[in-house]
Amino acid sequence: MLATVWFVLITVLFIGFFFLEGFDFGVGMLLPFLGKSDVDRRVIINTIGPVWDGNEVWFITAGGAMFAAFPNWYATLFSGFYMALFLLLIALIGRGVAFEFRSKLPSKAWRSTWDWIIFFGSVLPPLLWGIALANLMRGVPIDASMNFVGSFWDLISLYSVTAGVSMVLLFLLHGSLYLSLKTVGTIREQSGKVALGVGAWTTVLMVLFIVLSYFETDMFTRHGVDPGTVPILAGLSLFSVWYFIRSHYMGWAFAMTGVTIVLSTITVFMSLFPRVMISSIDPAFDLTIYNASSSPYTLKVMTIVAVTTIPFVLAYQIWTYWVFRKRISPTDHLEY
Amino acid sequence: MNNLDLARWQFAVTTIYHFLFVPLTIGLSYLIAFMQSVYVIKKNEIYKKMAIFWGKLFLLNFAVGVVTGIMQEFQFGMNWSNYSRYVGDVFGGPLAVEALIAFFLESTFLGLWIFGWERLPKKIHLACIWLVAIGTTISAFWILLANSFMQEPVGLAIRNGRAEMTSIWALMINKQLWVEFPHVVFGALATGSMFVAGISAFKLLRKQQTAVFRPSFIIAVVVSLAANLSVSVTGHDQAQHLMKTQPMKMAASEALWETSGDSAAWNIVAGIDTKNHENTFEIAVPGLLSLLAYNKFEGSVPGIHQLQDEYTAKYGEGNYIPPVKTTFWSFRIMVLAGTLMILLSLYGVLTIMRRTLDKQRFYFRLMVPAIALPFIGHTFGWIMTEVGRQPWVVFGLQKTPQGVSPTVTAGMVWTSFLGFTVVYAILAAVLVFLFVRYVKKGPEEEKPHGHDESPELVPV
Repeated sequence: MLATVWFVLITVLFIGFFFLEGFDFGVGMLLPFLGKSDVDRRVIINTIGPVWDGNEVWFITAGGAMFAAFPNWYATLFSGFYMALFLLLIALIGRGVAFEFRSKLPSKAWRSTWDWIIFFGSVLPPLLWGIALANLMRGVPIDASMNFVGSFWDLISLYSVTAGVSMVLLFLLHGSLYLSLKTVGTIREQSGKVALGVGAWTTVLMVLFIVLSYFETDMFTRHGVDPGTVPILAGLSLFSVWYFIRSHYMGWAFAMTGVTIVLSTITVFMSLFPRVMISSIDPAFDLTIYNASSSPYTLKVMTIVAVTTIPFVLAYQIWTYWVFRKRISPTDHLEY
Repeated sequence: MNNLDLARWQFAVTTIYHFLFVPLTIGLSYLIAFMQSVYVIKKNEIYKKMAIFWGKLFLLNFAVGVVTGIMQEFQFGMNWSNYSRYVGDVFGGPLAVEALIAFFLESTFLGLWIFGWERLPKKIHLACIWLVAIGTTISAFWILLANSFMQEPVGLAIRNGRAEMTSIWALMINKQLWVEFPHVVFGALATGSMFVAGISAFKLLRKQQTAVFRPSFIIAVVVSLAANLSVSVTGHDQAQHLMKTQPMKMAASEALWETSGDSAAWNIVAGIDTKNHENTFEIAVPGLLSLLAYNKFEGSVPGIHQLQDEYTAKYGEGNYIPPVKTTFWSFRIMVLAGTLMILLSLYGVLTIMRRTLDKQRFYFRLMVPAIALPFIGHTFGWIMTEVGRQPWVVFGLQKTPQGVSPTVTAGMVWTSFLGFTVVYAILAAVLVFLFVRYVKKGPEEEKPHGHDESPELVPV
């Protein structure tokens, strides 16, 4: 019972991470392209400046929660997807310090270098996350003692790369809509245009991913929980983005990419449940919420902590977005 | 090197590197919160300048601390998956609680603090930096709770082939935690204050912006004295606790091969021969080890050989002796660094009381390189603590080699180890470069918002 609760809570943490850091990854990807002058770049960075670090904590917490609630899941996933995680951490390290370092020298070359680190540090994580999720859904070689026995290259396939690219595009779309909501003038107009172009490609890739999932996973044979209308609604919300952008309802368009992210994440986790990692060697070797979880006592303690703290976290993070709700203009005072 | 040795090295590099930034973050956050409080209460603009100036250095340091912390948390799963499976039920919880309670608090309110100078009411803005400081301390509490479990496992039962938590309360009141946590937090305050004092001394030597740096120096050196004295008191508590829970670590840190007589001497230095299990020479203070261990000049301290026999009887055949030289010398380097910091801050406080601070050019010159002392102190303190616990990863429960990831190859660890080490080296170089540049420039002269670089309207 509590193991199910924790499966849901970890899903929630990933939803929070993908929804929130989704747009700040997208903004990071757009930085070198939409920022034509140094002030423009600072405007773009400042749209996420006060919040990106808090967004990233959703991921760190998801990792910690996995360790606490499903030690075997954490151990298998992190030692198994070793090289992917290594690349992810390098990307996040570069990106994290780049935000702090880039404005400390006036040199153009200095700033441009860090801006490109922000770009790559924003593209690589969603690409790797897409690849990781596709492999979670499809199954990876896991032996009887729960150890991953494949290599990094086993994780790379047409299917997983499609998932990675769709995730990059979805975050780019999410980020460009966020940027159009947080800026004025040229940047706002251009991010709207980017959203329209990227939206089409995101839809194409997502559809391709779903088609491939039919062949590559057991999602449609219902080993997990029947996701019912959830993936259909995810698809519909993605289609509606196009309509909202065309009608200049950017707020709605952003909300709809958010809904797409939330519902897609839910679909992935539902298709897994009650498994947390699928073994491609033998279904008997699958990691499930039963054989991977912590003891009932630990889960109880963790539930009490999570249930009492998450509402506060949500409250003060929402408050932060409220404090910084204004659009950012190049003529404003800009914090560097 | 095999994957086990590499994983050990990577753990050491990751943890030591991460812990260069952590204590500075904790210590500086309190100093900045204090300075900003003076500004808000007394409306003294100088203290605002101080908070902004030290705040900039704080943020540079914080950024590196955060990104290296991600690896710190994830390396357990990557390199130590068997450890994670075996003790994850107990050890994972504190890490998750740390993220839930502390990381969210720190990161969110730091964002508000950086971007909130103009947007938030003064008192709420002040509350933000205090919440950051409290967040860093909560973070320290939970990660040290996890570490204390590795030193002194409590609140668990071995069930289903692994360690399972039976009482979170037992973990929270773990004796080890309550000697370790204050020691680390005072150490962090010592780090923050020695850093502020050293940089202020550098500026005072050049007579630059003395209006900001003179009060900064005074605050820092007073805090440093109090913090460093507390570090030594809590360190002493920790040593006494060690006698009861990990006597082997104590014996190794003293290179005490044979159980001492009724009054144990403390070796200042010794020539250690780990092959023949003896010391070639010793310069010792009589009775001092008994004093450290029991607060009196009598009392026998068990030696390495006796403990090796006891552990063999208790845990089975095996080598239970940690690397003696490393443990012995790390302990001495830590104590020396701490002693020097106490003397330097004591001297500073005396000159303040005698009103002769402004004449102390030689002393200021000493305080600049003294910035290295706290970093040396806690690095070697951790080396002693972690190396001295070997061969155990969790004392009495699991040996380090049993914890390593079985399917991660040496090639993989090499790749990530080299990759991270190169990135860490670059980060350190950039950070020091930016620190020096920023310090030389000093606080802004009345530019309205405390920018560090004015934006240029140039196409990129």
